[in-house]
Amino acid sequence: MDFLTLVQVLDSTIRLATPLLLACLAGLFSERAGIFDIGLEGKMLAAAFFSAAVAFMTGSVWVGLLAGIGASMVLSALHGVASITFRGNQLISGVAINFLAAGMTVLIAQHWFSQGGRTPSLSGAARFEGIVWPGALTRIRDIKEAGPLMQVYSELISGHSILVYMALFAVPATWWILYRTRFGLRLRAVGENPAAVDTAGVSVVGLRFAAVGICGLLCGIAGAYLATALQAGFVKDMSAGRGYIALAALIFAKWRPWYALMSTLLFGFLQALALRPDLIETAVGVKVQVQLLDALPYILTVIILAGFVGKAIPPRAGGEPYVKER
Amino acid sequence: MTLMTKFLGAAAAVALTAGAAMAEPALIFDLGGKFDKSFNEAAFGGATRWAEETGGEFREIELQSEAQREQALRRFADAGANPIVMTGFAFGNVLSEVAPDYPDTKFAIIDMVVDAPNVRSVVFNEHEGSYLVGMMAAMASESGTVGFIGGMDIPLIRKFACGYAQGVKAVNADAKVVANMTGTTPAAWNDPVKGSELTKAQISQGADVVYAAAGGTGVGVLQTAADEGILSVGVDSNQNYLHPGQVLTSMLKRVDNAVYDAMTAGTELETGINVMGIANGGVDYALDDNNAELVSEEMKTAVDDAKAKIASGELMVHDYMADNTCPALDF
Repeated sequence: MDFLTLVQVLDSTIRLATPLLLACLAGLFSERAGIFDIGLEGKMLAAAFFSAAVAFMTGSVWVGLLAGIGASMVLSALHGVASITFRGNQLISGVAINFLAAGMTVLIAQHWFSQGGRTPSLSGAARFEGIVWPGALTRIRDIKEAGPLMQVYSELISGHSILVYMALFAVPATWWILYRTRFGLRLRAVGENPAAVDTAGVSVVGLRFAAVGICGLLCGIAGAYLATALQAGFVKDMSAGRGYIALAALIFAKWRPWYALMSTLLFGFLQALALRPDLIETAVGVKVQVQLLDALPYILTVIILAGFVGKAIPPRAGGEPYVKER
Repeated sequence: MTLMTKFLGAAAAVALTAGAAMAEPALIFDLGGKFDKSFNEAAFGGATRWAEETGGEFREIELQSEAQREQALRRFADAGANPIVMTGFAFGNVLSEVAPDYPDTKFAIIDMVVDAPNVRSVVFNEHEGSYLVGMMAAMASESGTVGFIGGMDIPLIRKFACGYAQGVKAVNADAKVVANMTGTTPAAWNDPVKGSELTKAQISQGADVVYAAAGGTGVGVLQTAADEGILSVGVDSNQNYLHPGQVLTSMLKRVDNAVYDAMTAGTELETGINVMGIANGGVDYALDDNNAELVSEEMKTAVDDAKAKIASGELMVHDYMADNTCPALDF
């Protein structure tokens, strides 16, 4: 395996890890505040559809991004109302959101565009293009002849869409919010011991809604990235289980932002590697089944959950609606 | 209870008499949906053509879940629809149970063989069509490496891959065929993001023409190929228009003709196995304004020559599904 191939696999890793990372951070905010959210998948899907549909109609990808975030936040609000205000079961509400998004997107797409539950292809300003950094090479032939540093710069660092850089920036931002601000402290506290937060005179409901709102925002960006940056349009069920892998990554990361970056990059790398069975064959000398690589994220999560690699302890008040008085 | 039975009996009697009077054909779409830009949409096109030409009417239903398969079949059969056409190999098991219960109704199933006296099984020689587009891909390729991206890893899709690889090797014996499958679950038909990454991975392995036989995933493949400036090959329906000038050709599977023929035959539908190959226009490659500049005279001559040879039986393309092996490609 030559150096450029490795760089290309890492490049693919970043593209595949970005939606996972955004969804994982979204889940992190929500779960740190004590609201389990298995509706990440549905929110991503809804955001993917609305960002592509609105970007197509307005011709501007930024308006599309806002529409995607809006759609995702509406579903978040629904989850919040069901599980915070009405103290419903958070898992059931999440499952309902997944079903709702899967059906609704195709139904509306069919009604608006009559293309079998797809949006028309996006082009030009209706799509996020890769940002080419100054001095970076774009043609694969030039990159092949360049030195290793230039290859890393041109292939790996430059050329991603702005959402990728936003996702990477979201990691330190999340860390800073959670561990260095008053809001973050309260948010973490509300997931561990909401009664204490309430005693201190801070609104538990308000904090939890804020967390669910941030979750919607990040899921919205993740969905828009799928439909308007990686792809040029929406196809039904295009999130293809990424929301669930993000949940696995969240457990793997033990609900911490920097670990979330590591775990999603690892899962992204495994997915990228699964695309190149020929590389594994030359590296290991044995033909490894692609299915095994596809299953690895889940296998790793099960190992973590079984307690082999440290302990993954979820927020203590996670999954339980807060009842002030009985 | 007895009241219920009476009602049911009455309903059945009404349905039977009504059925005898109408005998209009019915069409059942598989889970991909009527407007999938590909397989099911082609079937719908064939039925619409029949309706427009004859002024007749047909009944249709789009399946929403696996559980509806048998129900939909029985409902149409009870209502007296004849013939009943269904698209997709997944109907195989259900039809072999339902067909004997309705000996007077004719059924037509596409992409699967069901052995019953009142069933017409339409199967396509996808390997022959794929052979033709494989030849074109090899001729259009400058790097000597071409790619194949399949949807779900099932024998039918391997049949596409195998025919394609044989076509490629026929033109250039040293050519390399990079073949990937998107996945092993039905989700593999609708994962354009993975299709896109697979295309990029194949490009980094040197591929400059990719053939997508992957349903909705193929949309991502064609899109990425166009973005990265390489050629792609569409499948089932003519997909040349999706990216004019960047889709080399499409492997056509004339599902519309199969549906049209079945509906035209009506209750006189001939049963048995009906193989749609190059010889009877069942599979072909697409040539229109969108790809006219990409297909050179030399390419056209070579492919048409191969087409004639396959039609006459002089050239045999190996069918993967015949013995689950492929001489030109390792899976």
